Amino acid sequence: MTIDTNAIRHLSDAQVSVELETEDMTLNIGPQHPSTHGVLRLVARVDGERCYDVQPVIGYMHRGYEKLSEVRTYPQITTIINRIDWVSGYANEVPFIVAAERLMEVEVPERAQYIRLILTEMARISSHLVFNASYPLELGAATPLFFALRERERVLDLLESVTGGRFHPNFNRIGGVKPAYGSGSTTRKQPQDLPAGFLAETRTAMDKVQEAADQLEDLVAGNEIILARTQGIGVLPRDMAAAYGVSGPNLRASGVPFDLRKTQDYLPYDRFDFKVITASNGDCFDRWWVRLQEIRESARIIQQAIDSIPSGDLQAKVPKVIKVPAGETYVRAENPKGEMGYYLVSDGGQGPYRLKIRSASFSNLSILPWILEGVLVPDIIAIMGSLDFVLGDVDR
Amino acid sequence: MPQWIVDLFSNFWVSLGGKLLLVALMIPLVGMAIGFAEMKLSAKMQYRIGPYFAGGRWGWAQLIADGVKFFQKEDIIPEEADRPVFKAAPILVLVGTVALLVVIPFGPSLIFRDLDVGVFYALAISSLSTIGILMAGWSSANKYSLIGGLRAAGQLIAYELPLVLAVVGSVILAGTMSLQGIVEAQIEAGYPYLIFQAVGFAIFMIATLAELTRIPFDMPIAESELVMGYLTEYSGFRFLFFFLAEFANMFTMSAIAATLFLGGYWLPGIPQDVLEFAGPVILLGKVFLLVFAMIWFRWTFPRFREDQLQTLAWKWLVPLALVNIAVTATLKVVL
Amino acid sequence: MTDNGSRTLPGLGMVKGLGVTLSAMFKTLFLPGKYLATVNYPKVKEVPVPRARGVIALDQEACTVCMLCARNCPDWCIYIEGHKEEIPPGEPGGRVKVRAKLDRFDIDYALCMYCGICVEVCPFDALFWSPEYEYSEAHMGEMMHDMDRLQDWMATVPEQPALEK
Repeated sequence: MTIDTNAIRHLSDAQVSVELETEDMTLNIGPQHPSTHGVLRLVARVDGERCYDVQPVIGYMHRGYEKLSEVRTYPQITTIINRIDWVSGYANEVPFIVAAERLMEVEVPERAQYIRLILTEMARISSHLVFNASYPLELGAATPLFFALRERERVLDLLESVTGGRFHPNFNRIGGVKPAYGSGSTTRKQPQDLPAGFLAETRTAMDKVQEAADQLEDLVAGNEIILARTQGIGVLPRDMAAAYGVSGPNLRASGVPFDLRKTQDYLPYDRFDFKVITASNGDCFDRWWVRLQEIRESARIIQQAIDSIPSGDLQAKVPKVIKVPAGETYVRAENPKGEMGYYLVSDGGQGPYRLKIRSASFSNLSILPWILEGVLVPDIIAIMGSLDFVLGDVDR
Repeated sequence: MPQWIVDLFSNFWVSLGGKLLLVALMIPLVGMAIGFAEMKLSAKMQYRIGPYFAGGRWGWAQLIADGVKFFQKEDIIPEEADRPVFKAAPILVLVGTVALLVVIPFGPSLIFRDLDVGVFYALAISSLSTIGILMAGWSSANKYSLIGGLRAAGQLIAYELPLVLAVVGSVILAGTMSLQGIVEAQIEAGYPYLIFQAVGFAIFMIATLAELTRIPFDMPIAESELVMGYLTEYSGFRFLFFFLAEFANMFTMSAIAATLFLGGYWLPGIPQDVLEFAGPVILLGKVFLLVFAMIWFRWTFPRFREDQLQTLAWKWLVPLALVNIAVTATLKVVL
Repeated sequence: MTDNGSRTLPGLGMVKGLGVTLSAMFKTLFLPGKYLATVNYPKVKEVPVPRARGVIALDQEACTVCMLCARNCPDWCIYIEGHKEEIPPGEPGGRVKVRAKLDRFDIDYALCMYCGICVEVCPFDALFWSPEYEYSEAHMGEMMHDMDRLQDWMATVPEQPALEK
């Protein structure tokens, strides 16, 4: 038997030139996860730490709001609709009621409009404080959570003292805000106007909120670790943001000065002086920073509104059984999460024929596959947190 | 002391058993004490109260209650897990911690065994927990644990180097690797080595935080991303091992830092014979200060990303530690 | 524009953060009355505002079994049964009055979403809000409050607060 040395040499060469093949891993950042803001499922293909492809799977929280609205009357819908974006409860009710009022052509009294504006801005502060609490927690810092939630308690107590509910105020009625308990009673009517001491308490609460914003900025903004984790991460250019329909603070952080409070007239924002906060880079740090500054602006708006609130009725004269005339209208509002729209189609009945809800978080979420391409796994969490969506808003 | 106790303990096996029992008891007690301190201190930093109901107004029994709770939980091992490795991982982590206690000097003659290569032994044994963590991450048959284990592999190995290099400065100044000898050298010199080795001390503390995988170097656990990383599949008694091991490791590494840099059981102005009794108390005081600093850092800062972690270790801490060694050696020869 | 603050030394931001937590710790340790953010429930209880929607109370005397509340409830969690009673005339030759009487008025608090529509549409002021919130049960069946229990809640209905201006 002869040994073919040439063949043996070729064989050993062949073994050396085999390459190491690595496989991608499919990581299911699953519905139950500490930082997906609800039941969001991300199917991510990762190679080590780098993620190549992300597909969000939503619908775990679909509650069928649009179908529910077809079988309920307007007062009943008002009670459930603040549960869409449960973090900012009051802000969900206002555009819906404004849509119904536009179809009915009802003039809302001044005092009711001011109260609506104050409560909406409080809802905005509440939502942004929750963001400021949970975003550093996702990055690992546990302490801003308690600072922010502590201040949020003041705002929620104020909301409770007026409406009776902290998260689900159910305070809007067609034609204004809730005037009284007992629509037909004569003996023990309990008017639901602002309770005594509300204005003074709101003033102190807004001061404390601004102090808390300063404290959060001290704790978080200058911290080198936070800057290293958020600056330059998840940059969203202006054109991509506009193309995907991103709205709210995410859009403003990319440099687009678009704020529905200035362009729409669903609430009397034109009487108050406030800035539209924008930032230039569009990374995670800017999105965080824009929301922090918006807390301050909202506190300023509330203070101006408190100083100039007029007296008057709380609700316009509307019939007891409300039937909205046939027609359709679309009302857009600046929710804390972004642009929220209600497209109301009425056929003259006691409830809507069709209510379509354009929710801000759904469009904000749609940018995830684009923005998460090629980032590291920790950055997935940082970017998702900075977009500030809530699954109730996404799935409705 | 009655004569029969002295006779009893002069038997090698009885005294060995006594020492083992002491070490075995110390780890849970120290772990629980530090865990309780963490709960209370972190609560105070967040405007809360912390444990309150367990054990009266101070809540001191909270950790005991937690320990009992973990004890009586069901032992769940995932079906696809590698059973022997899964079971052995917490043991290795705990062994790395317990074995460190052997060389820590609590007083001029209160040391379990004064090894001549004390520093070398301490650093080598503390690396055992690295293997335990890797075993935990691999054997859990869970993708999150695997990612946590991979991160741990990179991080723990990367931070071994600054840890080791940082103590070389102290060793050069003292001239001996025995921990007892280093304390005696500081007593002789009259000042703790912190004054000249501030850089080394800072590097050692940062590397310790990274070795313990505490925030800001918390990536292997990364609670908000990986649902506890390599610890995800551990429940009950095994989780208690990891938990205790982390707190006990805080104690032992702080004790070593205190010995190397802060003067150990010695305070200037205290005579030698008082140190026999006051030594452990002084050492515990210094350890408490360092543990407080660790807790303070943990609740203030967010976590680094893995590549930022590695950059910090390789590009900043290792060169700094090498410069520290060079400067210390030069000055020792020159002065 | 984003403003990171002008810092001279790298690391100064982290030191500021450390200062915030340390000062929070000292404030909570030494001035807990002013700075502590939590109350020690159940030893100390927070008092909710008078308008808080805790539980619904029923005034049986005022109820006329008109069923408006049950009809308007979005969750259909109110169960009402009643019958008509004849009250004999006060004087001979007078009319017989017919009055509705409650047999059953149950609110299922496991379903109730505390919206307040029932309280609002009642034309006879028979339903009131009360800020009581401690009525959790171990079994879901016990969350159905019957007539008498709802009447007992009337004792906790507070006076309405004075209004602004």
